[in-house]
Amino acid sequence: MPNYNWPDPSKRKVMGQRINRLDGLDKSSGRAKYPSDMNPEGLLFAVMLTSPHAHARVKSIDTSAAEKMKGVAGVRVISKAGTEIQWAGTEIAIVAAESETQARDAVRAIKVDYEVLPHIVSERDLSKVGSRAKPSGEQITGDPESGFKEAEVTSEGTYGIPVITHCCLEPHGAVIQWQGDKVNHWPSTQAVSTIGGELGRALEVPAENVLVDMQYMGGGFGSKFPADRWQIEGAHLSKAAGGKPVKVFLDRATELTIAGVRPSHFAKIKIGAKKDGTMTSWQSESWSTGGFGGGGMAPLPYVFNKIPNFRLNHTAVSLNTGPIRAWRAPNHPQASFLTCSALEDMAAKLNIDPVEFFTKNAQFTARPEMYQRQLAKAAELIDWKKNWHPRGQGSGPIRRGLGLGINSWGGAGHASKAKTTIHPDGSIVLELGTQDLGVGTRTILAMVAAETFGLPMSMITVKLGNNRYPASGPSGGSTTVGGVSSSTRKSTVNALYKLYETVATTLNATPDQLEAVDGRIRVVGNPDKGMSWKQACQKLGVNPIVEMGENDPKKPEGLNTAGAAGVQMADVSVDMETGRVKLNKLVAVQDCGLIVNPKTAESQVYGACIMSVCAALIEERVVDSQTGRVLNADMEFYKLAGISDIGEIVVHMDITPENDKRGIIGLGEPCAIGGIAAIANATANATGVRVPYVPLTPRNVLAALQGQGRNA
Amino acid sequence: MSFNKDPEAKKSGSGFSRRGFLQGVGVSGGALSTGVLETEAQAQTPAGVISGETAITLQINGKPHKTTVEPRMTLLDVMRNKLDLTAAKRVCDRGTCGACTVIVDGKAIYSCTALAIDSQGKQIQTLEGIAQGRDPHPIVNAFVENDAQQCGYCTPGFVVASKAFLDKNPSPTYEQVKEGLGGNLCRCGTYVGIRKAVLQASSKLKGGRNA
Repeated sequence: MPNYNWPDPSKRKVMGQRINRLDGLDKSSGRAKYPSDMNPEGLLFAVMLTSPHAHARVKSIDTSAAEKMKGVAGVRVISKAGTEIQWAGTEIAIVAAESETQARDAVRAIKVDYEVLPHIVSERDLSKVGSRAKPSGEQITGDPESGFKEAEVTSEGTYGIPVITHCCLEPHGAVIQWQGDKVNHWPSTQAVSTIGGELGRALEVPAENVLVDMQYMGGGFGSKFPADRWQIEGAHLSKAAGGKPVKVFLDRATELTIAGVRPSHFAKIKIGAKKDGTMTSWQSESWSTGGFGGGGMAPLPYVFNKIPNFRLNHTAVSLNTGPIRAWRAPNHPQASFLTCSALEDMAAKLNIDPVEFFTKNAQFTARPEMYQRQLAKAAELIDWKKNWHPRGQGSGPIRRGLGLGINSWGGAGHASKAKTTIHPDGSIVLELGTQDLGVGTRTILAMVAAETFGLPMSMITVKLGNNRYPASGPSGGSTTVGGVSSSTRKSTVNALYKLYETVATTLNATPDQLEAVDGRIRVVGNPDKGMSWKQACQKLGVNPIVEMGENDPKKPEGLNTAGAAGVQMADVSVDMETGRVKLNKLVAVQDCGLIVNPKTAESQVYGACIMSVCAALIEERVVDSQTGRVLNADMEFYKLAGISDIGEIVVHMDITPENDKRGIIGLGEPCAIGGIAAIANATANATGVRVPYVPLTPRNVLAALQGQGRNA
Repeated sequence: MSFNKDPEAKKSGSGFSRRGFLQGVGVSGGALSTGVLETEAQAQTPAGVISGETAITLQINGKPHKTTVEPRMTLLDVMRNKLDLTAAKRVCDRGTCGACTVIVDGKAIYSCTALAIDSQGKQIQTLEGIAQGRDPHPIVNAFVENDAQQCGYCTPGFVVASKAFLDKNPSPTYEQVKEGLGGNLCRCGTYVGIRKAVLQASSKLKGGRNA
């Protein structure tokens, strides 16, 4: 019978090696073609007109002048007269023309008359949002009152983290060609196998007739699942233009205004603890917005969700701002920041080293021993014992501090089907309707297959990024590598078993007695009795072996599982005069079960740490209260960290025999969670003052140092 | 944090500056979207004004490319949309992120801030020229070896900026690498690999101290 189990770590030849990504050279040489690079014959360019008002009603719209302009192939109204607009940037109309400049000219010629309505675009002060506040019911666990009575010390604080955007470098969009009853779709997406069906429903074209292809995409981070409105409109424009392909990608300002945000999160938190540091009770009143739809509650108290008593209240705030989309580890970075800040404030109040405080209270987490071990490892890597001092005990204008943050994530593999073909010439093709967002999925699939077959990776051809291949789930929630590795493992093992069946008689053995090692099929325990891979495949005659494999999330059979954990620790220097926070070092200790390719896994963690630096120190979407428009919808003022801004980053993958036995666990999200808390806590440790709001800009830091917005 | 987003500072290693660019804008046929550029450009406008579709020839990677452009079209858009040279990417479209970096007459520039019509008569080098010829620059493989890329959308700009930087500083220190590549942005967070890649490439260059 085929045995799907991952080979024992001591026997792995490819998995676990540091392998360069297979498509690395295509990317670094500029050959890789992204959806936005597609230039099919007769291409038209689409440009959208969007609402300048945050809240308005379209009174009338006149596209007649635009329709007559040179080069214009089509104009469509998206928001008809009478439509109520709920955020600036809402799609009003779209133009396709022979050149982008012509399309822009035509967009400027569209006349729209709006009835401007009052808007609300800020949620920081909950008392000022009126009926836009939508409280959800209180949640109580245990007996919070008696928990606070039992406490010997209480600590209270208010903390906040703002709305940020995904800022994908490749904007949202697609090239689309709707010709006859067929649609060719080249989207920048995280969902190759599902986006075609979604687009087809909107266009009333059978899913079968929507052909999706995407070999590369320029970043999604959770924001690129749907067949967006502009893609649907682009398809209509293509049809109207007689089937010419249409390129519809958002410009940068629109990208940063409507293509998705991570919700904000604010909270007043009260914690009770005994003098020895043991927490007894938690109470939080939180609020958040992700645009007009409000914002859900982050999972509070984060990770320490076995504190015996807690009371939670949350209020969603509906604003006239661009809508929420999933953002790498939805709600977790916010929850980690809020919880770890409150915990470190309590530790400071108790005069207990935070590492000790978190270690002691790890009893209230789902995996106490894992966190305790990771806390110890991270402390060693940042030399906590030598470098840490009690809060605020530095002197001079530049003060150094250390802080920590933690993470937790599910990350079990998604539903995935894989097809393996072994050709009689010995070549092997893998086909999956999955996508490589840049995490190295292609490479990992080839590694898994090479491991099964005992062959070099160069003999494996990986085909993905097309909805003609067997379906795999969208890449969200860190589910991809677990899902596609498991389906590939099963599919390759099934195919190999068929090959064993073909050659078993020749080798005078049963299929179960065979193994594939170092380019040979041989009898277990009798390595001389065997044949080369090529010889074995020649026995197939003319018919290739074609075998499927499936990862069913309900039955992962030990190949993948859920539950990653990690710890981040930060070392910062704060200029007490300018309020500037500089990251010296960020340490990440991260578990994700069995690691297929440590090289690309580490890259993901480095990247997540850098994203955390951005969110902790500079990122914030700023909306003007007067006009309701995003003020920093560009990359000059919507800031990302540059290469000189990130300090030293140390990544330690928590590879242990115990973690390896758990199978593959998703990695992308967990490592993007704890860094913000670590940097914020390090800043509190350095300055002696809690800066309640991130990003830790000079303005927010100086305000806290001057006693404004500072916690008691 | 040293968010030196002033191109004056960040492109110092490769000799490009926003101010230099503004001074360099000669012909200005079109409606550039920022007031600053229009004002500066008008001040520089020579006697002849060109408008409408104009035939031009661009020298890219040593070969002439003939096409027609509107005077307001950027070098980036013409390369991508008219010449199918798509290695350079359009990301910020405002001279901030560096994804569109190309080398013009030996200097790294943001091709979203250069007009195509103004780029005639200049030697334009794109990633296609640096990486896809017979003898790719060592920086190209160094990006692969050091996994200095994830989604890869910023990568072409970084590779070109790194090449231009190494042309001027074949033996950079770690600190100089950080300064020299401050004009490019990555969202996935590949900077750790990029730092290593540039130092590794420098060690393979003839005449480099790191060799």
